[in-house]
This record gives sequence, structure tokens and C-alpha cells, in this order.
Amino acid sequence: MRLSGRNLKCVRGGREVFSSLDLSAAAGEALAVTGPNGAGKTSLLRVLAGLLVPAEGSIALEGGDAELSLPEQAHYLGHRDALKPALSVAENLSFWRDFLGGETRDAAQCLAAVALEHAAHLPAAYLSAGQRRRLSIARLLSVRRPVWLLDEPTSALDAAGQALFVALMRDHLASGGLIVAATHLPLGIDARDLRMGGAA
Amino acid sequence: MSALAALIRRDIRIALRAGGGALIGVLFFLTVTVLMPFAVGPDLALLSRLGPAILWLGALLASLLTLDRLFTADHEDGSLDLIVMSRTPLELACAAKALAHWIAAGLPLIVATPVLGLLLNLDGTATLAVAATLLAGTPALTFTGMIGAALAVTLHRGGLLLAVLVLPLSIPVLIFGVAASQAAISGPLPFGTPFSILCALSLACLVIGPFAAAASLRHGLD
Repeated sequence: MRLSGRNLKCVRGGREVFSSLDLSAAAGEALAVTGPNGAGKTSLLRVLAGLLVPAEGSIALEGGDAELSLPEQAHYLGHRDALKPALSVAENLSFWRDFLGGETRDAAQCLAAVALEHAAHLPAAYLSAGQRRRLSIARLLSVRRPVWLLDEPTSALDAAGQALFVALMRDHLASGGLIVAATHLPLGIDARDLRMGGAA
Repeated sequence: MSALAALIRRDIRIALRAGGGALIGVLFFLTVTVLMPFAVGPDLALLSRLGPAILWLGALLASLLTLDRLFTADHEDGSLDLIVMSRTPLELACAAKALAHWIAAGLPLIVATPVLGLLLNLDGTATLAVAATLLAGTPALTFTGMIGAALAVTLHRGGLLLAVLVLPLSIPVLIFGVAASQAAISGPLPFGTPFSILCALSLACLVIGPFAAAASLRHGLD
């Protein structure tokens, strides 16, 4: 499986965010998107997730499920956690598992993997920022998607949480997945660097 | 199908929990209807003549009241991004959200109608007629309102815009809803004619609403 983007250009609010950007990542590979604030890292991830339409260029996922588009085979972990404060931790997770569908895993097992099983019945409103992030990461585990698009995935995580997430990313790569992550901090896994901004 | 069932279950659950807003609509409906006799005065004949129109206006405004949160809440917390990306067609997801909203916020209005009918001096047949027209007509209000909610999703203070966008679209529903109720109470038209048109309006909105809302959500995301 290979994710490739060619000659991508993104325009937002009349301003060119990036242009003639090429990227490529194969199964088992991680791509770390780095660059200063405002370089277009989040925009690139949203273009890959199908949430923004690129002004130019094309994106292709070779070797994936031919019936499904790239966004349908991808997990997107954005700045916002997609959690409902009125629902409990377990209800939030099982909703996304049921709604996203496909190859699913037991919700309790996923909560245990991010060390949140003790909070399963707590309303999500009472979670700390780090715990919310852990719950979002549990969503990535609950449904299998080969492509992970991560936007600052380790922000708000404590040291133990970061170590835990590094191990989860390693498992994902080892099982043939691929990761595109926008980050300021070192990811902690072997990743090719895609530097944005500065050159433009 | 299980994806849509999960979405409907989640939305109803959120609406019924504290702060969800399902009961706010009913309370608003109650307040509007209770205020009317005080404004119109103690003329029972006049009240019962105005009754269906008052109930319909109250239900229309009450259903608008909670509709602006239909997509904005999901947009603010990022859920909408994931819904757009998912394997469920966005049109069906929109229809499921509107259905959930109607069950949580529309059905309680219809259940409350017989009680409020008493306040407006409506007899049993009249109350039943109004409840039947509301049952047939409120889905149209929810599904056209959904289009406005989708258009307003990326704008701040979308709530006010929603009312301006949606109210003109709901005029036909209001006309035929009140006409059918009046026909059942005083004639001379048969009840069936305006009621059939009301049902047809609802069915058309059921089809158009999800497509229009999904199209505007796709364009509005940024």
C-alpha cells in the first residue's frame, strides 16, 4: 500500500498555504510533517482527509480497498476531540466504533490500551485534556483503518501517555499501516521528515 | 444500518440528558400557548377559532428553537469532520440526525398538544385534528430546518440566520397544517384535502432536506 500526493496546492481564504508539494509513504512507514506555525501542516492533513479540496494536484492510495476512498480508510485525529461531554467515556467510544464500522475491536479492551478503563463510566465532561486525548487515541484502536492522519497527536499527553502512544504507533506500522503526523516534537518512531514552509 | 442506528441513539441520548435541550422546546411551546389567552382576552369563541393557528405557530417556533444546534455542536467539537469522512453517505447521516431531532424534540410537542388544547377551549375532535396535523407536518419543519442548520454551521450566530432562512420555507406547511385543522373543526372543506397536501409536503421535505443539507455541509467545511 502506498499513499502519494503529487503537486498539491492549497488555498485558504484567498491565501496560498502551500503549493507544488509532493509526498509519498508506503505501508509500514511514518511521515512526520514539520514546519513553523502556519506552514500548512493542518491544512495538508485536512486535504488528505478529504475535508479540504486541494486547488491543484492529486492524491492516491494504491493497494488499499478499491471500493473505498482514502478518507473512508483513514483515521483523522485533529485538534478537536470529537467527544460529547454529556456521554460517558464508554458511550463516546462505542458510538464511534459503531458509527465508523468495519473491522472493530472490543471497546473495553481499547480503553485498557490507553489506561482509561477506570474512567469508563465517567461523563467525558470531567476528563482532563490528556485524558480526552487518550480517549481519542482509543478511537483509532477501536476500528481498524490502515491510514492514520494525526495532528499534534502527543499534545497534552504526559510522559507515560507519550510512551504508550509511541508503542501503539509502532504496532500500527508493524501491522502494515501508515502514518502521516504533523508534529513539533519528535514522534519517537522512525519517520521520514516532510519539511513545510521556509522553502515557499 | 448499525452506523445510522448508533447516530440516532447517540443524538437522542444527548438531547434527553441534562442540558440537551429536548425539553426546552416543550417548555417554550407551553409558554407561548399559555400567554395567548392572556393576550387575546377571555373570549372563548375567539380562542377556539384561533386555537389551531396558535398551536401551529407555537410548535413552529419551538422546533426552530433547538434546531440550530443540530450541526453546530458536532462542528464545534470536530465530530462533523469524522461524520463527513465516514463510510456512511453524508445524506443518510443527515437524515438520521434530523430523525433523531424530531423524535427528541418534535414528538414531545405533539404529546403536549392535547393538554394545551384545553387552555385554548378546543374540544376533543379539534385537539385530535391539530395533533394529527402536527404529527404529519412537523417532520417537514425539521427537515427543512435542517437545511438552514447546515447552511449556518460555519457562521457564528447561526441561530438567528437559521430563523430567517427557514421561516419562509415553512409557510406552505403552516398554511396547510392550519387549514386541515380548521377543516376538521368547522368545515366546509373536507379534512382529507389539505391533510393530503400536508403529508405530500412532508414527504417531499424528507427527500430534499438530506440532499440539500449534505451538499451545504460539504461546501461549508473548512
